[in-house]
Parts: sequence; C-alpha cells; structure tokens
Amino acid sequence: MNSQVQTLKARLQREARIEGVFRTATKASAIFVLVLLAGVIVSLVIGSWPAFKTFKFAFVTGEKWNPVTEVFGALAPLYGTVATSVIALLIAVPLSFGIAVFLTETCPRWLRGPISMAIELLASVPSIVYGIWGLFVLAPILQHTIQPWMIEHLGPLPVIGGLFKGPPFGIGLLTAGVVLAIMVLPFVTSVMREVFRMAPLSLKEAAYGLGATQWNVVWDVVLPWSRAGVIGGIMLGLGRALGETMAVTFVIGNSHRIATSLLAPSTTISASIANEFAEAEGDLHTSALIGLGLLLFILTFCVIAGARFLLMRLERGSMQRS
Amino acid sequence: MNTLLRRRISNVIAFAMSTLATLIGLAVLVAILWTLLSRGFGALSTTVFTQMTPAPGSNGGLLNAIFGSLVMTLLGIVIGAPIGLLAGTYLAEYGRRTKLASVVRFINDVQLSAPSIIMGMFVYTLVVATMGHFSAIAGAIALSMIALPVMVRTTEDMLNLVPKSMRDGSAGLGAQPWRTIMNIVYPAARNGLVTGVLLSIARISGETAPLLFTALNNQFWNSNLNKPMANLPVVIFQFAMSPYKDWQQLAWVGALLITLFVLTLSIAARAISSLFGQHSNPGE
Repeated sequence: MNSQVQTLKARLQREARIEGVFRTATKASAIFVLVLLAGVIVSLVIGSWPAFKTFKFAFVTGEKWNPVTEVFGALAPLYGTVATSVIALLIAVPLSFGIAVFLTETCPRWLRGPISMAIELLASVPSIVYGIWGLFVLAPILQHTIQPWMIEHLGPLPVIGGLFKGPPFGIGLLTAGVVLAIMVLPFVTSVMREVFRMAPLSLKEAAYGLGATQWNVVWDVVLPWSRAGVIGGIMLGLGRALGETMAVTFVIGNSHRIATSLLAPSTTISASIANEFAEAEGDLHTSALIGLGLLLFILTFCVIAGARFLLMRLERGSMQRS
Repeated sequence: MNTLLRRRISNVIAFAMSTLATLIGLAVLVAILWTLLSRGFGALSTTVFTQMTPAPGSNGGLLNAIFGSLVMTLLGIVIGAPIGLLAGTYLAEYGRRTKLASVVRFINDVQLSAPSIIMGMFVYTLVVATMGHFSAIAGAIALSMIALPVMVRTTEDMLNLVPKSMRDGSAGLGAQPWRTIMNIVYPAARNGLVTGVLLSIARISGETAPLLFTALNNQFWNSNLNKPMANLPVVIFQFAMSPYKDWQQLAWVGALLITLFVLTLSIAARAISSLFGQHSNPGE
C-alpha cells in the first residue's frame, strides 16, 4: 500500500516537473519571436552605422549612388520604392474593392467559394514567378502597345504629361507597379471582403427599407461602416508592396536615378539590395546597403503596424458587439 | 422619377464594374498559369530531374537545384515549426490574455508581412559574416525565420478552435495542462496543425530574396550543408536574367515546378482545414 502511494507521488511529481519545463519552453518560444525582431533591429543599426556616420543625413537625402567613388545616397531607391507602391495601390485598390463587392453582393452563392479561392491563389504564386512573368510577358505587352499609347495621348497633357514621356523601355516604374498591383490584390481583397461581411445586417436592412439600391447600401452604408478595416487592408497591401523584392528586381530596370517619367527604369530599396548585396565590395558599400535595409524596415514596420492596429481594433470591436 | 432612374442605372453600372474587376483578377491568374504551362511544360523532360544545372550553351537539368531546395525547405521547417508550434501554444493556452501574449501576437502579425529580404540580411550578418562563407545552413535558418510567424499564427488559430469543454474534462481528471495539451488539444487540432506546416512549406519553398545572400548558389552537386547550395528560386532568377536562351528555358521549367508545388500545397492545406472545421464543431 505504502509503496503504491510512493509511486503515485513520484509520478505526480514527475508530471508537475514536466509541466514546468513545457510551460517554460512555450513561453521561451513566444519570447523568441520578440528577440528575433530585436535582433533584426540591432543588426541593421550596427551594420548601417558606418554609412550613417560617413554621410550623416545626406544618406537619406542624397541622390548619388556610386560604389566606385563610394558616395551613397538613398533618395533614388526610396523614391522608386514609394513610386512603385503608389502605382500598385492606384491599380489594386479599385480592383480589390470591385472584387470584394462582387464576392459579398453580386456573386451567386455557389460561385463564391471557387472565385475567392482563385483570387487567394494569386497570393500563393511565388514572387519569383511574378518576376519572370513580368519580364517576359507583361513588359513586352506594355512596351509595344500600352506605353506608346500613353506617350502619344497622355504625354502632351499639361501637368501629368511629364509622367508619360520618354521612350517605352518596357521595364521601369510602371511595369513594377503593375506587377506589384497583381501581387497585393489578393491581400487587399481578402481584408475588404472580411470587413464588408462584418457590416451589421440590421443597418443594411434599414437602408433597403428607405428605398436604397444595392449599390447605395454598399457605398453609403457598408463602406463608411467598415472604413477603418478598408484602410487597414490598403495599408497591409502597401506594406507588402514596399518590401516586395524579387518581382520588382526583374522588371524595375535597376538604374540608380530619380526619373520623373513612369516609363523610365529606376530602382527600389529591395531591388538594390538584391542586386548588389552579395557582390558588394568595400565595407562602406555593404554598410550603405544595410542602411537601405534599415530604411525599408522602418517604412514597412510603421505601415504594417498601423494596418494591424486598425484591423485588431476592428476585430475586438466586432467581438464585443456579437 | 428621374433620380430613381439615375440610381438604378448607377446601380447596374457599379455592379457591372465589380464583375469586370473580378474577371480581370481571374484573367491574370489564368494568364500566369497559361504562360507557365506553355513555356515550361514543353521543356519538361527527364533530364531536368537527372542532370545538373548546365554551363551556358550545353544541356542540363535542375537536379542540384531541386535537391537543394528540398533540403533547405525541409531544414527550415524542422527548425522553424517546433518553435512556432510552442510559441503558438503559449498564445492559445498559457498566455492567452497576458500582456506578453498580446505583444507577441502583434509583433508576429507584423513579421508575417515584413519584407523577407531583411531576414536575408539579418542572417547574413549573423551567420554568413561570422562563418566567413555562404552556406546551405544559413539559407535554412533564413527560411526558418520566415516560416516561424506562419506557424505561430496558424497554431494559435487552430488551437483556439478546440472547444474549452475538452480541456476542462481533461483537467477534471487531474491532468496537468501539458498532458491536456499533448493528449487532448494537439490530437483534436491535428489536421489544423498539419495545415499550418503545409502553409509554412508553401510560403518558404518559393522564397528567393532571403536565399540570395545566405545559401547563394552552386553550379554543381553539393550535399554539404556548410557550403553554398543551389536552389530553384535563385537558379530561376539567375537563368531568367541571363541572355542565354537555354538558361531562360530552364528558368521557365523551374518556375513551373515551383508554382505547381506551391499551389498543390496551398490547395491541400485548404482542403484539410475545411475538413477540420467540420470535425471540430459538430454541434454548430
């Protein structure tokens, strides 16, 4: 009898010991996620220190990027990164909105699953595939048909004309923007679809009761109600577009200059890093590239954190209501 | 009457536009898949799987690149998945409403969409610069860090689907929480956890940017983890950007292979998770 109690006690103690170990292991893994981020920040700051020390603030405002004379300014890739992302959003947001409206309102129920799955598959196509497709399929189409049309018809216009000047290269800001638009489309669409679905039915029914058309309900009731979520979704897409590397590297043309024309080759932060980092000669060049990485990190972190914050608040709000 | 007509017309136009937007989205997907099939499928032959990447102008395949991709993806998952599983378990079970859990949840969500090239740079400074050379193990570490947030997120979501009553029942029998998690929660969420692993594999098997300056590339067969290793994404990048027609051809074959692999995995993950959804809440 006594020995049985003994073994039971030993067993319980063992269970409790494992509990302690397991609990610690899960907590340590969770903390590891934070440590990883801290490690990334520290390594970027240390790595880019020489570049910032040499060029001071001119590293951000300087336009010249010359590995031979070792003068590095990040303005051109920064401009390229922001310009391509803005083009991407200008194309992707209206399309995503249309698709989300179609999926939540127009689409027959049986088609909803297949279509949303097809759109989401766009998100799982690897970015290198977008790159090779953009270079060999999209760029020639843009070069031979769309860009000449733009140069002829949009080029002479006042104010915006300057955006469509110069020879049609095929590769450049516009092409990168179009490829990015396709890549962020599924992310923006899926967030918009989710928040549209969260709109309270009673609100929509009240609007229908007042004689609103379906479009009135979408535009004047559902959209204002889900504004925060829609903005969150767009920012999430922006975060993706800013940091996307391979697809852009294929079609941006890799030219370190600030071009006013959208048809001209340019570069982005991520494309510069991808093209130069492995072959960087000299510590200052490497440091300048890590400095670009730091700028990209700060940019994307702010945008994505803002997006997550908006979406998280919305989720919590809808949970409290239901 | 006039405004009513106008509103009806704008209604029709708006929904026509939304249908058009959907058609454009679907057309792009079809266009990409069609290009891959038409350019890659014709060149798909057994030599792709039996020969090494060639020098320009000679014949060859992608064997070393396929092998390298499989090795590094597998290794990336073996490193990343357990940490992600444990961290996700903390968020869903032990941490739940703690301050730490909400910070980790937020940071993890941010890392989920953070640029992967920055992970590549981080691993470069951490591993490659310290060891003094590029290596397959550095590539695997970079991939594991990209798989980690996917695992954390799906694990937490899937464990949250397991009804609380099952945990209470186990606790009522005197089981410690770890026993409940191991013997009740994990088995109940098994399909969901498999989905998480599949999604992580899908996510990292197409990743190129973090491999560019960690695993680099290797024109020859290499099974030494301490040396640069060929991998499909970087080979596709290098070959597609080259001026050689036969290299570009192989790049298309590689792109087709990777896309088929990733799409199959994502569809499988979806199928498994929808099955899981039905099993976990039979009452709802």
